[in-house]
Amino acid sequence: MRLIAIFCLALVAALPARAEKGVTAFTLENGLEVVVLEDHRAPVVVHMVWYRTGSADEKPGVSGVAHYLEHLLFRGTDDLEDGEFSRVVAANGGTDNAFTSFDFTGYFQRVAADRLGLMMEMEADRMRDLQLSEEDVLIERQVILEERNTRVENDPGALFSEQLRAALFLNHPYGRPIIGWKHEAEALTLEDALDHYRTFYAPNNAIVIVAGDVTPEEVRKLAETHYGPLDPTPDLPERARPQEPPQLAERRLTYSDPRVAQPYVVRSYLAPERDPGAQEKAAALKMLAELLGGSGATSVLGRKLQFESQVAIHAGAAYDATSYDDSSFTVFVVPAQGVPLEDAEAAMDRALAEFIEEGVDPEQFERIKMQLRAARIYAEDSAQSRARRYGGALTSGLTLADIEAWPDILQAVTEDEVIAAAQEVLVKRNAVTGWLTGVEEETAEVQQ
Amino acid sequence: MIRFLAIAALSLFSAIPARAAVDIQEVTSPGGITAWLVEEPSIPFVALEIRFRGGTALDAPGKRGAINMMTALLEEGAGELDSRAFAAARDDLAAQFSFDVYGDALSVSARMLTENRDQAVQLLKIALTEPRFDQDAIERIRAQVLSIIGSDATDPGAIAARTFSEMAFGDHPYGSSGDGTLESVAALTRDDLVKAKARVMARDRLFVSAVGDISAEELGALLDELLSDLPATGAPNLPQAEFRLGGGVTVVPFDTPQSAVRFGHEGIGRDDPDFFAAYVVNEIFGGYGFNSRLMEEVRSKRGLTYGIGAYLVDSDYANQLAGSFSTVNGSVAEAVEVVRAEWARIAEDGVTAEELDEAKTYLTGAYPLRFDGNGRIAEILVGMQLNGDPITYVQTRNDKIRAVTLEQANRVAARIYDPEALHFVVVGQPEGLETSN
Repeated sequence: MRLIAIFCLALVAALPARAEKGVTAFTLENGLEVVVLEDHRAPVVVHMVWYRTGSADEKPGVSGVAHYLEHLLFRGTDDLEDGEFSRVVAANGGTDNAFTSFDFTGYFQRVAADRLGLMMEMEADRMRDLQLSEEDVLIERQVILEERNTRVENDPGALFSEQLRAALFLNHPYGRPIIGWKHEAEALTLEDALDHYRTFYAPNNAIVIVAGDVTPEEVRKLAETHYGPLDPTPDLPERARPQEPPQLAERRLTYSDPRVAQPYVVRSYLAPERDPGAQEKAAALKMLAELLGGSGATSVLGRKLQFESQVAIHAGAAYDATSYDDSSFTVFVVPAQGVPLEDAEAAMDRALAEFIEEGVDPEQFERIKMQLRAARIYAEDSAQSRARRYGGALTSGLTLADIEAWPDILQAVTEDEVIAAAQEVLVKRNAVTGWLTGVEEETAEVQQ
Repeated sequence: MIRFLAIAALSLFSAIPARAAVDIQEVTSPGGITAWLVEEPSIPFVALEIRFRGGTALDAPGKRGAINMMTALLEEGAGELDSRAFAAARDDLAAQFSFDVYGDALSVSARMLTENRDQAVQLLKIALTEPRFDQDAIERIRAQVLSIIGSDATDPGAIAARTFSEMAFGDHPYGSSGDGTLESVAALTRDDLVKAKARVMARDRLFVSAVGDISAEELGALLDELLSDLPATGAPNLPQAEFRLGGGVTVVPFDTPQSAVRFGHEGIGRDDPDFFAAYVVNEIFGGYGFNSRLMEEVRSKRGLTYGIGAYLVDSDYANQLAGSFSTVNGSVAEAVEVVRAEWARIAEDGVTAEELDEAKTYLTGAYPLRFDGNGRIAEILVGMQLNGDPITYVQTRNDKIRAVTLEQANRVAARIYDPEALHFVVVGQPEGLETSN
């Protein structure tokens, strides 16, 4: 009992709010935004360029082109040979890579702080002066197809997720895979990639984030030198994707694949995202996801399906709060052996209904808020993660003020707001429910 | 192009910070437990890394999977707290504990806030010394482990890795998955788990590092409080594992569009005088980022894969030089030939002076950049201890890289790359490729 008494004290000990330190932002004359996140513990800097364009900004019929272009940016410019970008980074002791999502495309290097200027020089070069050979473009298309094979075709769970997402979004391009549908990715051309590049890659459509052992003054000087001379694109398209119509009909699908040894059920609901100046509903949904599925042993789904009954070996919830357009709220159950998916889904539905009926457990609510306060402290330990968080939010239409306000908005969420958000979002006509199963004979064999 | 080359070339001579900016202290507790510490008070938490040498390889005969399951149960109830009460207590403190295990070590990672560190230490202590192994928790974890074993049985990458290990190491624990089999895990009892804990979680197998908002004195007290109740000795070490796999190809038929390939042969140990030269040479061959020979030949020039690498795996009881890639079934034969040809080329011709210089610049420049967070530094420090490195290693490591000469590099390349011994395990429906020895 001694331990329990001690731990209860922790509920009272108030972790003070901690404002984020060392954040500076400015905009160059050509429209390039720059954010500096200071961290002087080690002589290291992370340099990132984020474009406000991702797979959801692609034209119809060329799914995967944003990601394909991301690969091609390593294939050369008027000043850099094929592969030279990464070779120069390595020759300076650095590492580099890039990533593409629905709403953004990002490039980054991790280098000694005194190499920042060189990184900016090369990123500025490939922002405007990409130069590609027909042969390199064809080889790189093979690479992205192999990437698709590795990530998707060889993984039945990933194939299932693609189908699920396509059914969740009736009209919005979020329903297309980032890596592209196979038949479209196979047909991508140099011209498709260059069209995307010319439309979206410009200083006035980019955010540079520098995190690490630098001062804002140094960064400003270097950014003006290297990015300053780039011309902006005057006719950037407005970022208006096709929006969802009212969703009136529940969707259901089943994907069977002999490679599946462990079946599961997933439901994704269409859900609102963080909007600039209006993050309260997203904050309530974030708290809802933590309550339903944050920690296996203390969350609602874990408790009801793994502890109070043995329906599941794993259950949880996830919500992607940061998104330019409507996002998704997902719950899933991995059933225990011998429990049919039908029963697992019914148990999940019962648990959700009971939660709305019973309301929020105040102790668990405070526990989650304590963890979110602590998460801000732990998050300061990685400059790269901080840079990612800022880049993701800024390219999703949020402002620095929104980023700064988010932790306090989370702390201010009430129990009633969580239940109201659950009642509004956890509605089946807004959702797709999917079953992933093995082929029956194969499943029987694995289970024997 | 010329402009960039000039700048890049300069970097070979200008000052990349050559030393990691960390001050590592060795702390010995009043009770005699040693840890490596870096004090970093700017963020109010500490990262604590604990390792017990001898991971799942220490499973008792016939009890494969016991140490893995025992590790998962450490956070499923301890002392007077059952599983859910333990989780609630941990979450109340916003402490983060993770327990993991692989072939050679059991790892415990903790992140604890300064404001409630003493309570977090108490909670971690009971997990390490008084885990309950309640029957309901055992059954819950057993079901999860069995599900993972079942899923790995239909995952091409996992099948490739397991097949390679089985063929290479046979009956030695390295020859099988530390998760155990459906049969062995189904048969494990609570008593097996209690014994598994005693085999590995003992003070003679212990290594500790701490980085963050804690003084040497505070750490000394923490070490005694947290760890002195552990038993003094665990199971004895194992004999070395003999690498039995010869050159050739093994095809494991599996219906999937892209084959998963695992390849390799025997490697070289950290205690070998040629290890640093081998490390630098293999960086050129199959290591860093996009710039290795394997990435260049298999991905950049031919588009045959998304990623390929080769690694020196220096385990406690065996050494391997191994790698992996995936490619569509129609391309496997070509990709295997390219890897074989590169293996032969580096064995015969070695590396160029330019390649060696570039690799040294990269390795020596990148090393200090790793030390950029409490969690990352703590992991590096405990890894150094497991490797048997001295506390001064951080200061001497780059000198050892720089000291590798072209002649030494090429002698070692000829020594460690053996195309005749190279074996490929292919899981998929590869076209034009069959099992051969």
